Order: sequence, then structure tokens, then C-alpha cells
Amino acid sequence: MTTIRLEHVSRWYRNVVAVNDVSMTIAPGVTGLLGPNGAGKSTLIALMSGFLAPSTGTVTLDGDPLWRNEQVYRRIGLVPEREALFDYLTGRQFVVANAELHGLPDPGAAAQSSIALVEMSDAQDRVISTYSKGMRQRIKMASSLVHEPAVLLLDEPFNGMDPRQRIHLMELLRTMGAEGRTVLFSSHILEEVEQVARQIEVVVAGRHAASGDFGAIRRLMTDRPNRFVLRTTDDRRMASALLVDPSVRGARLRSEGGIELEASDFGRFSEVLPRLAREHGVRLLEVTPTDESLESVFAYLVST
Amino acid sequence: MTARVSAPRSAPVSGTIVRLGVRSVFGRRRGALLFILPLVLVGLAVLVRVLVGEDPTAASDTLYALGLAVIVPLVALLATTGVLAPEIDDGSISYLLAKPISRHTIVISKLVVAAICVLIFAAVPMLVAGLILLPDEPRLALGFALGSLVGGLAYCALFALLSVLSRHAVVIGLIYLLIWEGLLGGLLDGVRWLSITRWAGAIVEEVADLALVENLGAVYSVVAMAVVTVLGTWLTGRRLRAFNLTGDE
Repeated sequence: MTTIRLEHVSRWYRNVVAVNDVSMTIAPGVTGLLGPNGAGKSTLIALMSGFLAPSTGTVTLDGDPLWRNEQVYRRIGLVPEREALFDYLTGRQFVVANAELHGLPDPGAAAQSSIALVEMSDAQDRVISTYSKGMRQRIKMASSLVHEPAVLLLDEPFNGMDPRQRIHLMELLRTMGAEGRTVLFSSHILEEVEQVARQIEVVVAGRHAASGDFGAIRRLMTDRPNRFVLRTTDDRRMASALLVDPSVRGARLRSEGGIELEASDFGRFSEVLPRLAREHGVRLLEVTPTDESLESVFAYLVST
Repeated sequence: MTARVSAPRSAPVSGTIVRLGVRSVFGRRRGALLFILPLVLVGLAVLVRVLVGEDPTAASDTLYALGLAVIVPLVALLATTGVLAPEIDDGSISYLLAKPISRHTIVISKLVVAAICVLIFAAVPMLVAGLILLPDEPRLALGFALGSLVGGLAYCALFALLSVLSRHAVVIGLIYLLIWEGLLGGLLDGVRWLSITRWAGAIVEEVADLALVENLGAVYSVVAMAVVTVLGTWLTGRRLRAFNLTGDE
């Protein structure tokens, strides 16, 4: 069983803090690293794969330091986010080269089985420069799996994949997690993460904002107050009716028309709103959530 | 979970990296320049021979000023940056680095490719140009070929270090060649103690029995080039050991 452990890890670039006092343990199974763009996910993956030194704190793989320790790559497979590959090689040549560099006894066979695993056997003899984004992603995956690593780190692996490829990769990650490998992937899409990962680590603005199974994270995210803008045929009447209900925490009439509303219990509010409108003879012209962006969800998580 | 692990390999050169390196140098458009540079040298040698005839001074001036001072460092710069800089720029070097291989093995393998380029595109053309200019004096051609090879190696190690230190290795390398080796080397006599081209010249002097660089012993030059080559290679490997993959965030 292989475990990556981060203890009070910070990393800054000059005076910009990319990762701020993060402690987490990545255990066997699939872990999702969730956070908006620029939250420090890539920095964390670089720290976990030995491609970045922590400014303070320690990052270890089963107790071994990851920085300046090339022997850890026997146990690690890394799928970087950047798309650059050895474009002048065919997919097969690229994976075979990776197998050779790992010093595997039979690089050809290892490459074949790993190419088959990512369903790239048909395109393996084409030059990589002709590959689509999804194919590149899969050949990168094959190259990182060729030595059957105990740890697999993937930076935004679903970017650029079509739905079918996405489902296939999700299955692959689930299988690898079930086999007892330590799989960690980053994403900025909650739905993507919760389909694959048992454990989710949320990072926002370099900080470790939340940690838990997807149910807990989902609850944290949906139980937060929701803000809406309503436009109705009678704003004042609608606002006063809504304020009576406990699911509504506040309402304000906007000078330009419409109601700004904060609901504390989204489930109840969504049921109460149309009923109250009907009872008071008010027509709802528009209901717009104003803070549904992921950033606001993350911002909420950080402030709790 | 099966981990297929073989014994750690300590070979200083990886055949795989050499193979990839050769393809990376010639797989890019910049590789074409490697063919043009020696053609320019040999072409000019033919021109000088036709216009001036078999003249020892013209021959050694051409080979030194054009060959040793321009073609050799340019070939070394193109080959070394061609084998390192693009992979560092686009991050694909991470596929080499995420392997249980010594970083020095990676650097030495890359330098083997660069050295092969120097041999084929600088040393051999120098030999050919030397024989065209002075067919009766093979020692001159041989001396310049040897000087090119040794000097080229030192240049490769220096440019390798430059490639891992800066993303503008080619530009900095060119500026270095132009200002230090070219301009200041011509103006200030003392620069010869710290000039790879002049060290290479001292070796040519020794083999071909010429006078190219004043007061610079061949022993000093050989030692200096060995130091640059070994130190450059070692520092490059050390730097690669601490390679940062990110930089976008």
C-alpha cells in the first residue's frame, strides 16, 4: 500500500503563495483534487511527483522524500497537464521508449499491454503529431502506466476528452483504484470528480478547503445560502410573502425592479416559491441564481 | 499490484535517450541549419583555394576565423540547444525525468548526441576544408579537425548548462559568442585565457605547428577545456535534478 503524505506544505514563488500550509494524505483508491483554476492543484501535483520542492513542510511517498529522489519514479506514474509530447514519434515508439527508460525487461510487451489498456492499439503506429487531444491524453496515460506504478498522478486528465473517452478513462481510474493503487487526479469540475473519486480534497487559493467523501463535499456545497434575482408582476407582494417562509433568509427590492433574495434551504425554497406565487396571484417572470459559479461555491467553502 | 522492477542501471549513457535525441535534432527545422553550416565552410574553402591558391596564411586564417570561431560554436549551439531546449520549453522533458535514471545519465546521453553532431558537422567538414585549402599539409587539416572536436565538446557542455539555466539559451549563446568570443576576444588580449575558441586554437597550434593565439600553452588549453566540459556536464545534471515542472500557475 502506497501513501503520499503532505505535512504543513507551503510553496511560494517569490512573494506569491501557491500552496499555503497544506496537510493531506493520499491513500490507495481514487482521490479527486478539486479546485478552481489557479487554486494550486498543479503545484500540489508537482510537489507530489517530485517536480517541485516545498518551500516549507515535507512531501513523502511511504516515508521517502520525493524531491531530488529519482528512484521514486519506479513507483510513480505521472500524466502531466501539458500536451507536449515527442511529436515526431509514433504512439508505440513513445510508449516503448518510456518502458525502456524504466529499465523494464520486455519493453515491447509492456508497451503493448499498456497501449491496449487505454484503447490506443489501432492508432499506435501513427505519428503523435497527428493525434487528437483525447488520443494524446490516452497515449500519455499509456506511457505513465507502462511500469505498472503503485501511484498514478494525473493533472486535469479529462480536459479535451469527448464523453465516450471520458467514461472510458473514468472506468480505468476506478479499476486502478479498486486494484489498490493510489490514484490522484485534479479537476475543476465537481461532477467529474464525484463520478470517480471516493475521496475528495478541495483546494481554493492555495489552501486545503475541505476533505471528505463526495457526499460530505456535495452537502457542504449545496447547503450554502443561495442567491437569486426574481422578477415578478408584483415584487413587493412576492417579497413579503416569501419573507414569512423560513427557507428565505432575506429579500431586498432592487431600485431597478426585481427582488434580490437569499435562500438558506434550497430544497425547500424551490418548492415554496411557485406555491406562494400561485397563492398570492403573482406571476414569476424570471428566477436567476446569481452565484452558481464554481468560484462562489469554493469561496463559500473557504469561509466556513 | 505488481511492480516490475529491475536492478538499478548505472550506465552513464542511455541508448534510448541518444536515439530520441538524434530524432529530436533532425526532426525539427532547425536541424537543416546543421547541414548548411558545413556547406558554407567547405564552399568558402573552395572559393579561397580558387581565388588565392595554396596559401598557408589564407588557409589557416579561413579555418580559424570562419571555422573555429564561427562554424564550430554555432554547430555546438544548434546541436546542444536542439537536443535540450525544446523539451525543456514545452515540458516534455518530464517524460525523461519521471524515470529512475540518474540526471547525469540524461545529460551525458544528450551531450553524446551533440558531440556526434560536432563530429559530423564541424570536425569532419574542417578536415575536408583543410585538405581543400592545403592538400599537401594534412597536419593543418588534422589539427583544425581535432581542435574543432575538442573545442566543440567544451562549447556543448557550456551551452547545455545554458539550456537548463535559461529559456533563452540560443539568444544568450549567440550574444556570448558575438560579444565575448568575437568582439572582446579580438580587442582584449587577456580574454584568451577564458575563450574556448582560443583554447581550441592553441590545440591546433600544437598539432599543426602554427601560430594562432599568442602565449597560450596547449596544456593549459586542454586542462581548461576538460574543466569546462566536466564541470558544465556535472552542473547541468545537478540543475536537472532540481527541475521544476510548473511555472504556469
